Amino acid sequence: MSVVVEFERVISVVGSFPVLTGLDLRVDQGEILHVRGENGAGKTSLLRACAGLLSVSSGNASVLGFDMRVDRRAPRRYIGLLGHENNLYRDLGVSEHIEFRAASVGARASDTAAALEQVGFPQQLWTVPIGSLSAGQRRKVAIASLLVGRPRLWLLDEPHAALDTESRKNLDGILTEASTSGATIIFVSHESPATKDIASRVVTMDGGRIMEDSGAD
Amino acid sequence: MFLVARKDLRVERRAKIALGQVAPLALLILMVFAFALDANTSLLERGAGGLYWLAVLYGGTLLIQRSFDVETDDGNMDALRMSAIGMPSLFLGKALALFVQITVLELILGPGILLLYNVGVVDWALLFAAAIAGTLAFSVCGVLWGVMSAGLRVRATLLPLLLVPVLAPVLLAGSRAFETALGVRAGAGWTWAGLMFVIAAVHTALGLGAFGFLLEEG
Repeated sequence: MSVVVEFERVISVVGSFPVLTGLDLRVDQGEILHVRGENGAGKTSLLRACAGLLSVSSGNASVLGFDMRVDRRAPRRYIGLLGHENNLYRDLGVSEHIEFRAASVGARASDTAAALEQVGFPQQLWTVPIGSLSAGQRRKVAIASLLVGRPRLWLLDEPHAALDTESRKNLDGILTEASTSGATIIFVSHESPATKDIASRVVTMDGGRIMEDSGAD
Repeated sequence: MFLVARKDLRVERRAKIALGQVAPLALLILMVFAFALDANTSLLERGAGGLYWLAVLYGGTLLIQRSFDVETDDGNMDALRMSAIGMPSLFLGKALALFVQITVLELILGPGILLLYNVGVVDWALLFAAAIAGTLAFSVCGVLWGVMSAGLRVRATLLPLLLVPVLAPVLLAGSRAFETALGVRAGAGWTWAGLMFVIAAVHTALGLGAFGFLLEEG
């Protein structure tokens, strides 16, 4: 198994506030890592540091083999990030939006239909402007936008938010399938009962570092 | 580049902000000046070029603002950062979309000054060259300064504050070139139009070099 994320004593600062305070984490290919912790524990910052959106002030950090202290943009094309926000253009139609996202990560726009079908998005709504969709439907479009890019590393912040029970199960299935195909998934969630079945490992964060690791020797 | 431009124009076509709100507002500015200076026809004629570019500046600033509001809305800026689109393509794509939108705005305002300010065109070539050069300068400056203010909470008020001093030379050069093209003042209209091309070229070079850094740190 190759190492996908390797953080050693990583410190990251936002403004003058340290959000990661000497974080150590190693995630191997194919793992589904569930990150949990109180509000402000540094979970979102961990995802952003993995995506290269948060710079590493000190320590060693590599993602997909790229040294994040040298070039934090380099691994981004292989990463799918879904944050609290859905990253959607409200005025575009659903399929237009996904086609744009596909093209913007160098994926095939022709995979749009397959991605929408996979997330269970009703075909009659594919041309509807995103702004007129419900919160759950928008979340599905956001997940389909990631899916179409076939990321090697998925970084998901509360991916189940706004989804109904059936859609949550469907998302878990998508993530499990992606992991089986070799992708690595790191997701932040407060909903342990809903996600315990798919996570291969659970870490608990507090104060910007890992406090508990179910995979620790 | 065309991918980003097409997306921006598609968003704009759906939202209809440029045609439905910005253009009527800019046209209204021209009308207000026409009524305000109605008694002084010669002043209106002499000021036609300047008032035209003032209306373009106002409308253009709103369009630039809108171009980055779309990106900051719902975290789209992060998605752009994560995309595989090269930063020069992103910069040029957004500038191209703005160029098209500001051109449409100018096509509406142009007949406006001819009708409302009682002026005629004596040099169409200069008029078109000046309009293209000014629009280019507006577009590239707008994207460069727009991305700079995009991540800030006070961007709605900060962007015009940053943009107006930068675009002041374009406003001046555009006004002078238009005065010559409209036959209001004999002068070096082509030199002023050339100056706007130079300003556009300098800001394009700056944007190609700095846009990635500004987007990243914004």
